[in-house]
Amino acid sequence: MPDVNFIVDGQKLTAPAGTLLIDACKSAGIEIPAFCYYPGLSLQAACRMCVVRIEKAPKLATACTTTVAEGMNVTTESPEIAQARKATLQLLLGNHPLDCPVCDAGGECELQDMTFKYGAADSFYTEPKNHREEQKWSPVVYFDRPRCILCYRCVRMCGEGMDVFALGIQNRGSSSVIAPNVPSQLASLLNAGADQAQLDCEQCGMCIDACPVGALTSGTYRYKTRPWEMNHVATVCTHCGDGCKTTLGVRSVSDGSEIVRGDNRDKSGMNGDFLCNKGRYAFDFTNNIERLTSPLVRQADGKLKPVSWDEALKFTGKKLRELRDTRGPQSIGVIGSNRTTNEENYLLQKFARTVLGTNNIDHHRTADFVTLANALQGTTGRFASQRNVENAQALLVIGGDPTNQAPLTAWNLRTNVRLNKARLYIANHEEIKLRRQAKDFIQVQQFGYGSLASYLAGNNAAAEGASIVAQADQLSNFRTAIQAEEKLIVLIGNEVRGGELANLIKALPNARFALMADYVNSRGASDMGLLPDALPGYQPLSGSALANEYTAPTAPGLDLLAMFDAATRGDLSALYVVGSNPIKRFGIDPFALKDTFFIVQDLFLTETAQIADVVFPAANLYEKAGSVTNSYGDLQLVSKAADKAGTRSDFELIVRLADHMGHDIKTLVPFGKGLRADMGQSRGAQSGEADRHAVWLMANNMEPKLSPFDPFAILDEIQRVVPGYDKLLRLQLLSGNDQHIAPASTGLVQIENRKDLVLPSSDTLFTSGSLTRYSPMLQDVQRHQETEVADHLAAD
Amino acid sequence: MAVVPNTIFSPETAARFDKLASIYPVKRSALIPMLLYAQDEVGYVSDEVVAELAKRLDLLELDVRGVLSYYSMLRTKPAGKYNVQVCTNISCMLRGGFELLDHCKKTLGIGHKGVTPDGLFSLEEVECIGACCWAPAVQVNYDFHDDLTPAKMDAVLADYAAGRGKDVK
Repeated sequence: MPDVNFIVDGQKLTAPAGTLLIDACKSAGIEIPAFCYYPGLSLQAACRMCVVRIEKAPKLATACTTTVAEGMNVTTESPEIAQARKATLQLLLGNHPLDCPVCDAGGECELQDMTFKYGAADSFYTEPKNHREEQKWSPVVYFDRPRCILCYRCVRMCGEGMDVFALGIQNRGSSSVIAPNVPSQLASLLNAGADQAQLDCEQCGMCIDACPVGALTSGTYRYKTRPWEMNHVATVCTHCGDGCKTTLGVRSVSDGSEIVRGDNRDKSGMNGDFLCNKGRYAFDFTNNIERLTSPLVRQADGKLKPVSWDEALKFTGKKLRELRDTRGPQSIGVIGSNRTTNEENYLLQKFARTVLGTNNIDHHRTADFVTLANALQGTTGRFASQRNVENAQALLVIGGDPTNQAPLTAWNLRTNVRLNKARLYIANHEEIKLRRQAKDFIQVQQFGYGSLASYLAGNNAAAEGASIVAQADQLSNFRTAIQAEEKLIVLIGNEVRGGELANLIKALPNARFALMADYVNSRGASDMGLLPDALPGYQPLSGSALANEYTAPTAPGLDLLAMFDAATRGDLSALYVVGSNPIKRFGIDPFALKDTFFIVQDLFLTETAQIADVVFPAANLYEKAGSVTNSYGDLQLVSKAADKAGTRSDFELIVRLADHMGHDIKTLVPFGKGLRADMGQSRGAQSGEADRHAVWLMANNMEPKLSPFDPFAILDEIQRVVPGYDKLLRLQLLSGNDQHIAPASTGLVQIENRKDLVLPSSDTLFTSGSLTRYSPMLQDVQRHQETEVADHLAAD
Repeated sequence: MAVVPNTIFSPETAARFDKLASIYPVKRSALIPMLLYAQDEVGYVSDEVVAELAKRLDLLELDVRGVLSYYSMLRTKPAGKYNVQVCTNISCMLRGGFELLDHCKKTLGIGHKGVTPDGLFSLEEVECIGACCWAPAVQVNYDFHDDLTPAKMDAVLADYAAGRGKDVK
């Protein structure tokens, strides 16, 4: 669009034709107040707050619906405009309860701010206010009806943004009210005793975020605290593999600091406005009373007993050393986590390979990143970032169900289709909900992804194996459309792996790819070498620079399942599991480990921890610092938000264990080379401060590495030895920005006859692996969803 | 156009709805006439009516409820057999509309939007019904009674009570 010139408050401005006046002003730093306007959503012009005076126009115009035009002369603040806005506020306040002192939004309320600015404190209305009782729509969404100013943001957010359409408007005039999609009379039929309206939706809470006032409030946060009484820490959500930023509100409690709220109002991450149910509410597992807060050691009577840290570490270190020396390093196995940081994952595999001296290390794999890296060897720029999903012109989703498994990916796809008219193609064995946004949808056979890959590569005979539902020309049109796309982003679900994945990548030689994995650091676990047959960065076990540095065995170690097989045979002397629940996940017979010295680090006494000989209480991702890599390869900083007395980070535990085994710590963690300073540790719970301090240090070219427990010392090593991560920019990371990391294009490990070890966890919007049962909110929401009339999460 | 199986409406009304849904450029435009016809047939807009109309027009039930709740002439509860609608807009008001309304309230023993216990009468205060020349006017179901006084009103109600009034919805 050509640029046009116009004047706002005497300032000469330029913006592309078609830009909304309110946006153009915002870009120039001129704020125009608005309640109903919300960037990215359709225009409503319901609130009349954004009125401005446009020269030669007969009356005040709304800046949110006026596009800029050549020669336009606009005034945004004048006594006339202030009077108009004040009158609007008086009308809004006519029915508003003014219960700011108890309202959740008090202190961060747009209506409050505007009333403060325009001073509509007195009202001309003598009629009594129209009061309505507050409603509980679901365990996480409450609606305080009189506070609502009818801006329709929630209605549009739910319909356009989420494609759920669970909110609407009912009645008329001053009795208008926002209403959820399950009216009370139906809800009461279904769920005896429920006389309140119910929400049948994805429970994302986006309506609460969008609400400019305190009408919609969060079930987990309401009436708990005030915004200014919390510290706000922006960190990465621990649940799915999309890598959303969540801003956690934390406050001090007697045993550390607890998280009371999760939201995304700072919009600092690549999720922009978005946050799903888990990112917003499922932090409550951190406050669960079942959290382990003391090391446990199994006693002679067969019971786990709390012991001191010193005793537990000494016992474990000594025993592990004995077993290594008497039964050999190859008799010890290590299983890592999908939710620990890159630094911890790197450290854990380094611990296995250099302290224990074994390649018996694996993790619960949820996507086949090894094949992805291998198949794209020798190319550049073929790995897709989450950022591409936001703005690419053409996208293909093969397998997976982003709406349920990767909500940010689904949000980005929907937004991209809605705002940028992106072309979305979908091939799936289920009629996934995203097909409503798709330009073309092919229903693939349940195990037909291999045939689909072959068909896309040009093999017409594979058509029947790919899909029997699709008509012949439907498949060929689909292939033609995809092949005509010059820049295609391909997102692949975890049904597709191994040879099928490699063939699919081969079939689309110009596309960029990403795999959708299940947990926050699934990609990081793979990148950092929690694999029995590859070193960090998918480097081979022999011949690479890193292999020479480690001097670890060059033969591949045991994978996760082989470790348990070895244990059953009595060949596994010890097993060290960090933040994983393989007993439950892989259905392992607990008696397999009866002769194995079993060490578990976890938050809770999971099925796996219950049978351990030693259990260390670990901190979770919200209680530590470091970095994580989402399924796309976008690296982000994790900041410490909460704190729980009695737990320690996995990083610290690994280092301490190595220490108690008598290992020289300096060779494990290269610390103590940089500046020595107080990094905030002595300031107690809020070590989130350390990160801010670190930003300052980095900006001044000073390196903050002080103790063997400093993850950034290991980040140095990662940057030095892991191809792909060598390109990361520290300041970018420390500023909280995301950066895309791709594995090296040469020198990767070649694995012949690999077993398929990927086990998708099939998490939904309301489950998150073993954490599900420790989150009371997720339990409540699951119960709520079960009693609903219809299921929006099914096909549509 | 999806013809709905197991419709809750009579064959004539169902056929009428099939046609209605096909004559507007945008299908949902047929919603308000459909709601009115459905109300005439069923007596009120029930949950079943909402569900079927939503299905017929490819709308969410939430959308149908939004429209339904906007219009005061659409009701979600059954009215009496004879729905007495007393106009109190300006012409009728000047000529005794409120007296008439109060009189009806007293005789029938019900208030605005009320239904007598025997289900025979319901009472509503309505806006202008277009009979200003003969104010004050009352509409019972679709029949007009004009130039009324409380005494004339008694006769009208007695006629209906005795089954002499026209029984049209």
